[in-house]
Amino acid sequence: MLLAVLVMGGLAVLIAAALGLATSWLSADGNDAVEQINALLPQTQCGQCGFPGCRPYAEALAAGTANINQCPPGGDATIKALGRLLGKKPVAPDPAYGLQKPQCVAVITENACIGCALCLEACPVDAILGAAHFMHTVISAECTGCKLCVAPCPVDCIDLKNLA
Amino acid sequence: MCPQTNKPAAYDPQPPRPEWGIRPPTRKTGSLKLPILEASPPRWVVIPIEQCLGVSARAIVTPGQHVLTGEPIAQADSVTGTDPGPKLHASISGEVIGIENNMVPGTSAHREPCIVIRSDGKDETYSEYKNLGDPLQMDAGKICTLIAEAGIVGLGGALFSTAAKLQNSSGIRMLILNGAECEPYITCDEMLLRERARKVARGAQIMMRALGAPDTVIAIESDMPEARVAIYDAIEELGDDRIHESVVTAKYPAGGERQIIQLVMGEEVPEGALQNDIGYVCHNVATAAAIAEFFDEGRPLISRIVTVTGGGIETARNVDVRIGTIMADLFELIGGYYDVSSHLIMGGPMMGVCLPNDELPVTKATNCLIIMKSRELSPPRQEMPCIRCGECNQVCPAQLLPQELLTASKQHDMEALDTLGLNACIECGCCDYVCPSYIPLTAQFTSTKLEFRAHESGMQRAAHARERYEARASRLQQEQAERDKQLQEQVDAVSGTDSIDAVMKRVASRDKKP
Repeated sequence: MLLAVLVMGGLAVLIAAALGLATSWLSADGNDAVEQINALLPQTQCGQCGFPGCRPYAEALAAGTANINQCPPGGDATIKALGRLLGKKPVAPDPAYGLQKPQCVAVITENACIGCALCLEACPVDAILGAAHFMHTVISAECTGCKLCVAPCPVDCIDLKNLA
Repeated sequence: MCPQTNKPAAYDPQPPRPEWGIRPPTRKTGSLKLPILEASPPRWVVIPIEQCLGVSARAIVTPGQHVLTGEPIAQADSVTGTDPGPKLHASISGEVIGIENNMVPGTSAHREPCIVIRSDGKDETYSEYKNLGDPLQMDAGKICTLIAEAGIVGLGGALFSTAAKLQNSSGIRMLILNGAECEPYITCDEMLLRERARKVARGAQIMMRALGAPDTVIAIESDMPEARVAIYDAIEELGDDRIHESVVTAKYPAGGERQIIQLVMGEEVPEGALQNDIGYVCHNVATAAAIAEFFDEGRPLISRIVTVTGGGIETARNVDVRIGTIMADLFELIGGYYDVSSHLIMGGPMMGVCLPNDELPVTKATNCLIIMKSRELSPPRQEMPCIRCGECNQVCPAQLLPQELLTASKQHDMEALDTLGLNACIECGCCDYVCPSYIPLTAQFTSTKLEFRAHESGMQRAAHARERYEARASRLQQEQAERDKQLQEQVDAVSGTDSIDAVMKRVASRDKKP
């Protein structure tokens, strides 16, 4: 009787210790979760979700302070992928954050550009080439179509064109 | 994975019957009754400029110019960057009357630039390619250059540059010449082997020289006994014991590249790998014959054998026809239509494409033209829900699970599609053929593949954008740190010396001085 209690008790203590150690060693790293979420986001860095870029949104998602339906460029596919990763039910995209639009790129009307360099500052992926007092141009292969360069332009010479 | 040794591989002369695949009615006998007809040169030809897979080409003739049969008229770009792009040749002699956009046969019949030549009726031959010398004494690079010069591309229908394929194969243990024509109706390779087996064997010798391959196996299907005898005789005649033959069970799609390697060599090409990664390279038998014709007769690729068959044609047969011949002219040549027909199909009934009309030119990809009557087609049927019978899983030659793929593709679940190996689907149509619920699986997979590709490129784009975003963020951080440091240095420089009172006193005293 005593032996049985000792054996079972000993086992319980051992397993509890092993589990305790495992949680401290193998716990999901906060950063790891952010990385995984960030990998699913479209990386347009457009800020439409209300956060200043994809990574901050991923951090908010990891912390549980944002919903999975705040990313218009990602659309349904991103919501589904995020839902699967975070164990949440896929929901409809929230129209408050904008609607999903076809992939587009910014195009600078070059003879209207005054070379103010304001858009260079705004571009989150350094896709605009230019210098103060010189004409600027968009490297279309690098442009994510985030639209962040449109607002700062004082002469409204930047348009977004649909790809294909 | 890549074998360094050039050791000959073992081939199976009588491979076992595959577990996958289907046996649709072959309907080949109709076009096998008559010998190959050498079509007389047509009055005019329309030659699409782009006849090499994946690269664009440009015309090197101008309207009004007189060209000879076999004279180069267009040059394609290099496929891999190191190989010479294949040329295109005038298939008749005469005047170039224009370079214009014309309808060309393809998955979506669309307009492409074509060179139109009107015949002068003489069919004079361009003489530059005569007396090229013995190809078996040439080095590999020279052979590849000449094959591109001859405009030779994969005649199985893919139109991939043969020179590029030969040049980029290394460590090849076995050259496989694919004569397994598994699709119903098509007989052009079988007739070629029956009548011109010597050219195929000769082409094999030249290709082995270019590849540095020790052996060749010519693979044919078990329902081609005449072709088998012809190959045997041709090999005997050439006296080359490096050329072998292998007879595979006549089952569709045994003629697929990966399938024929699996059958003949008993090895599977791993998913995502290429055939030359495991030491094999497949070429079509017609490609080999075209190579032999160029080196031995100085005739570039200006014609090909086309099977014209189906219930809607008066006489079904194989025709050696000049590239660019209008299909209607070709049908007229062999007796015209039998009756009102319903469909014109280029390629086989399983993987071919339906053409809108017969005013399209024959291209290097046109292996078969089927004029079908409605009774030859299975009637359109209502699609029903999947009953999960598993028939499709058994017939799939790529060993995929079509029913799982269907579910995943309807849900647009890209992750699942990737795991299930959507990209390994060869779109052979076996799953459609056996499906008791008449679900058009292949059509679904074709469109899902496009979606999948878009998804993958989106992921790549995102990864790239992320890299650039992070690079920018770290640059901004560094700049900020530098600015902070400078500011701190300035502050330190000032704070170490005078107090503000001392400075004020000094300024006041300076003001009083004058």
